[in-house]
Amino acid sequence: MMGWNGHRWFFPMLILAGAILVFVLRSTMNDYILSIVCFAGINIILAVSLNLTNGFTGLFSLGHPAFMAVGGYVAAILTFPVARKAMLLPALPAWLAAQQWSLLPALILGGLSATLAAFLVGFPVLRLKGHYLAVATLGFLIILQVLITNVESFTRGPLGLNGLPMMTNLWWVYLWVVITVYICWKVKHSSLGRSMLAIRENEMAAECLGVSLAGTRIMAFALGAFFAGVAGGLWAHLVTAITPTSFSVVMTFNLVVMVVVGGSGSITGATIAAVMLSLVSEVLRPLEETMEAYGISEVIIAIGLLLILIFRPQGIFGSQEPGFLMKPAQRALNSK
Amino acid sequence: MDGYIAQQLLNGLILGSMYALVAIGFTMIYGIIRLINFAHGDIVMIGAFMTLGLVISGKISFPVIIILVFIGGALMGLLIERVAFRPMRGAPQVTGFITSLAISILLQNLGILLLTAQPRNFFCPDYLQTIYHLGPVSLRAIDLGIVVTAVVLMIFLALLVRFTRLGMAMRATAENLNVARLMGININHTIMLAFAIGSGLAGVAGMMWGGKYGQIDPLLGFVPGLKAFVAAVIGGVGSIPGAMLGGYLLGFGEVLFVGLLPPIYSSYRDAFVFTTLILILLVLPNGLLGRKTEEKA
Repeated sequence: MMGWNGHRWFFPMLILAGAILVFVLRSTMNDYILSIVCFAGINIILAVSLNLTNGFTGLFSLGHPAFMAVGGYVAAILTFPVARKAMLLPALPAWLAAQQWSLLPALILGGLSATLAAFLVGFPVLRLKGHYLAVATLGFLIILQVLITNVESFTRGPLGLNGLPMMTNLWWVYLWVVITVYICWKVKHSSLGRSMLAIRENEMAAECLGVSLAGTRIMAFALGAFFAGVAGGLWAHLVTAITPTSFSVVMTFNLVVMVVVGGSGSITGATIAAVMLSLVSEVLRPLEETMEAYGISEVIIAIGLLLILIFRPQGIFGSQEPGFLMKPAQRALNSK
Repeated sequence: MDGYIAQQLLNGLILGSMYALVAIGFTMIYGIIRLINFAHGDIVMIGAFMTLGLVISGKISFPVIIILVFIGGALMGLLIERVAFRPMRGAPQVTGFITSLAISILLQNLGILLLTAQPRNFFCPDYLQTIYHLGPVSLRAIDLGIVVTAVVLMIFLALLVRFTRLGMAMRATAENLNVARLMGININHTIMLAFAIGSGLAGVAGMMWGGKYGQIDPLLGFVPGLKAFVAAVIGGVGSIPGAMLGGYLLGFGEVLFVGLLPPIYSSYRDAFVFTTLILILLVLPNGLLGRKTEEKA
């Protein structure tokens, strides 16, 4: 390393390059393309944050869309114009009906609500292992959908909320992509991240070395849930509508595909896989519509996942990050 | 009021019969290779569409259709095992689970692709639609058919597992796969047998599902599949009698939850089922009849 500290300058340069890209895209592309890029960005937030639980800590959760739903609904109710709220949600308590927040605080409160939900659910459910945890979190997703459908005074039940102000734009998405990736990167290369990886590799050995199993697990779960909640809020204000079925098992499946294809535990991998999958579904959508072959994109994605699982089960990157992004000391650990 | 409760119990019996048939397949596959087969519910969907196809295509009598659907479901199960699960054998549990999730999504969307997402009416011959009145309760012939068929199939299965060499091989493999292999049992055949029987039963359950509800669509397998898993967990995953018991308990529980509580709670039905699942996993992880084989929590 002849004085060239690649790692030190790489991240600021990357963030700057991303910002320039956002600027160029916003001034040259039409709204349709921009919304696709926004969805890809939201997918990055989701995949990277799910990787925190599923990839680093080895807690196989299928409940990520449930946290999106919590964050999405909380943010949507907060930003809804007061006049429209009075019309659509007449039964809302007065103190809530009078609120009309801007996007950023609404997103943060949505994320915090999702974190709270993760704590409530996590304490009992995170005791389960392997595929039992997966089924229990899937059960949580379904329970939450039923609840949202039934608390009509807050959510308008199965009708959902529509006509939300379209507040999400590429800058907001980009901001949260940067925050999510940065925090997850820092966590991965901190003692907390090492504890998470240790739990994934061997619980008993980790516990013997003094890692708090319950504490680390719930941290991973809750942190992942926060970003899922924020992503849910961004999603709702991009689509401008939200219903109980917006966040479904198919969405869970797509997120799992991103984590598995990218490599469980690799932030770079999850990011690339999220972008890839968003592009694939966007490329296949016109095919579906012109050929009336509805369902073909999920068929192709599912077959792709099966092939990856059979021929490269560790995903593209495994648990690694590309070497040029690492500090020399991290690189040494990485190569082990 | 007594008549009302009796009617509800009867409905629970019918629903429970279907859950039990699907749950048996779950539990057999889990018992042998420790795989939660998420795609099992979609075999139910395939069974329903197979039945519809056979009914439309010609004058095949219903008992023959039952056998054909059983065989069709079994072949489907074998195909899935060979193509997807065998290459994955020995991989971590969660990998198997993701695989089955992928197959489930694949089958559902192939269904949408080939058959469209539009629900279709399910045809039943008239003699199955006749309504009988037995004292305070009334039931259609098809309801009777569902319960009788399910019970007959379960008795067959119990005899097979208890008294034949194949059944003995299955029990031995479920007990300890590696030792069974050392004893000269062909593990591949045993696993294939479990998939074939389990999927065949799920196919027949699909036929019943169509007959009971009158409409079928490519996504219909998802909820019964998950609920059958809940039934298997209640009974103790890996135990065949447990799956039967769990299926009936869940059927009764669900129907009574809807039937006895005020109507505003009836839309919480699915939440009730999955809350039960989480509670059982936490409080009674081995189910009612399961033996303690591994840690779940």
